Amino acid sequence: MRAVIAEDSVLLRVGLVKVLEMGGFQVAAEVGDAEALLAAVEEHRPELALVDVRMPPGFGDEGVRAATEIRRRWPRTAVVLLSQYVEERYAAELLAANSSGVGYLLKQRVADVGEFVAAVRRVVGGGTALDPQVVAQLLLRRDSDPLDRLTPRERDVLGLMAEGRSNAGIAEALSVSDSAVAKHINSILAKLDLPVADADHRRVLAVLRFLGAPRA
Amino acid sequence: MTIPAVLRRSALRVRRDAGFLAAGVPLHLALVPVWSWGVLTLAETGNWALVLPVSAALLLVGVPVLTAVQRFRHRALLGVDIPRPAPVQQRWSWASAARRLSVTRPWRRLGYHLLLGPLLAGLELSVLVVAIAGLAGATAGGWVWALPVGVRQDWFGYATQLPCYTLGGLALLCVVPWAAGAVARLESRPALVLLGPSRAQRLQERVDYLAGSRTDLIEAVDAERRRIERDLHDGTQQRLVSLAVNLSLAMATRPDLSGGAREVLAEAHLEAKEAIAELNDLVRGLHPPVLEDRGLDAALSGLAARVPLPVRLRVDLDERVAPAVESVAYFVISEALTNVTKHARATRVVVTVRRVGKVLRVHVTDDGLGGADACAGTGLSGLAKRVGSVDGTFRVSSPAGGPTTVTAELPCGL
Repeated sequence: MRAVIAEDSVLLRVGLVKVLEMGGFQVAAEVGDAEALLAAVEEHRPELALVDVRMPPGFGDEGVRAATEIRRRWPRTAVVLLSQYVEERYAAELLAANSSGVGYLLKQRVADVGEFVAAVRRVVGGGTALDPQVVAQLLLRRDSDPLDRLTPRERDVLGLMAEGRSNAGIAEALSVSDSAVAKHINSILAKLDLPVADADHRRVLAVLRFLGAPRA
Repeated sequence: MTIPAVLRRSALRVRRDAGFLAAGVPLHLALVPVWSWGVLTLAETGNWALVLPVSAALLLVGVPVLTAVQRFRHRALLGVDIPRPAPVQQRWSWASAARRLSVTRPWRRLGYHLLLGPLLAGLELSVLVVAIAGLAGATAGGWVWALPVGVRQDWFGYATQLPCYTLGGLALLCVVPWAAGAVARLESRPALVLLGPSRAQRLQERVDYLAGSRTDLIEAVDAERRRIERDLHDGTQQRLVSLAVNLSLAMATRPDLSGGAREVLAEAHLEAKEAIAELNDLVRGLHPPVLEDRGLDAALSGLAARVPLPVRLRVDLDERVAPAVESVAYFVISEALTNVTKHARATRVVVTVRRVGKVLRVHVTDDGLGGADACAGTGLSGLAKRVGSVDGTFRVSSPAGGPTTVTAELPCGL
């Protein structure tokens, strides 16, 4: 699997290359700004683009805009955004366009190499990886409506679902059985008036859309 | 000060004041020919058509020139600066013409030169006459011999009258410094009032200047916060993340390490991650880029999600407000939430931001212990100052036992 890295800090770029290589990726290009990133993705057509949000020249939301464009122009390239701080607004914009093959994580998550590589693989497989802090922000924004009806345990499950975890992953994180998780999920979907879907993935997307929907 | 120094100083002052008065006489009398000519011609011929335009033209030229010279005279000889009225920077219209007149107030200058001038000239002349008479009397013994014999014998009795003249002259000379100083000081007052800008205008200019410099200062502070945030983001934060990543890689790639070594690595890894989290919390309070990119609403969720207790966030804003106001509102909420976390022992917090007309109203309410004092400590009083810097109001309601509400109202309709 090939990857392109966009990160303006040279020091961190070296670390990211090592981590991805350890995770079985082959780094095709390392660039330092959004323009070079788009050119590199066009040239190499990688399976993964690992992108810093804040890059030259504006040091604002360049990475978010580049990620949206990559998902639009090259749907086969999954994008994982990295940032010093995560912002629910950027996540909502990212998910509004297309919520599969997208990840948005705090930079410090890279420091837990195993979990980070697992999250990246999930995204490359068409899944989603949202940082727990984004999920916390999204939940915070939504606490005056149907989410109030959820029990605390159901909220935990929803949060983990929104991070992009599988049923087994949720069961492990909460130390409960798979069937208990399935029961919670069914209850959540019912309370949030979401249609029951077949695949885990579609449920996650539904939840994410619900969380990331623009507020009226 | 020694006696010679005192004498030298007062001699200097007398010379300066006398020069000031002497220079005033011709300036204050300059318009006398104009109006006396006008009055006389009018009385003789009754020719309005000649007198009015000619004297108007003379005054139009003469008044500005005389005003400028008076300004110079006051500054150079008395050290009194008479400010010029600020020019009105507007295109011509009836309204701007009226404003220009009310600002420059030409009738006051006309009154000064035409009416007050001759009176002041009279005062100046009398002081100068006293000075000359004093000098003449005091030195009478020196020049009286040069007078024709008849005059000398008639007017100056050598034995009796000459000493009287000398003493009288000396007495007058003693009065001159005081009189010259008094008249000079007396003169500067009407000059300031009639030739300078009005008090209201001076205050207006001062207020404009202070408001401008305060805005500059606030912008400078904001820029400084952004710079610090940026420096930390580009430098220290990246280094720390890189350090944590390398420690994690070391643990992942060297499973053969001894138990002790692994433990040390794991501890260093944990420390590095905690340092990252702490620094992030600190830097997030400075000036997050998302505040600039997406506004207050977007920036607040990141802030609220960091608080380790349930936060209800209600932001009701149709459009962005001025950056300085956004920045202050963000700072107020950030600090208020920090206070709640540290001191209030609350179980929940409600943050509301609402725009009501031209005011951005920010409330942070917690259900904690209460008893917060806006005057004690630097936290709340610092907030009050920051809010005051954009002409906002800041209130804290915190009865013992709670709840505590911090309210800031920031004008944003400018």
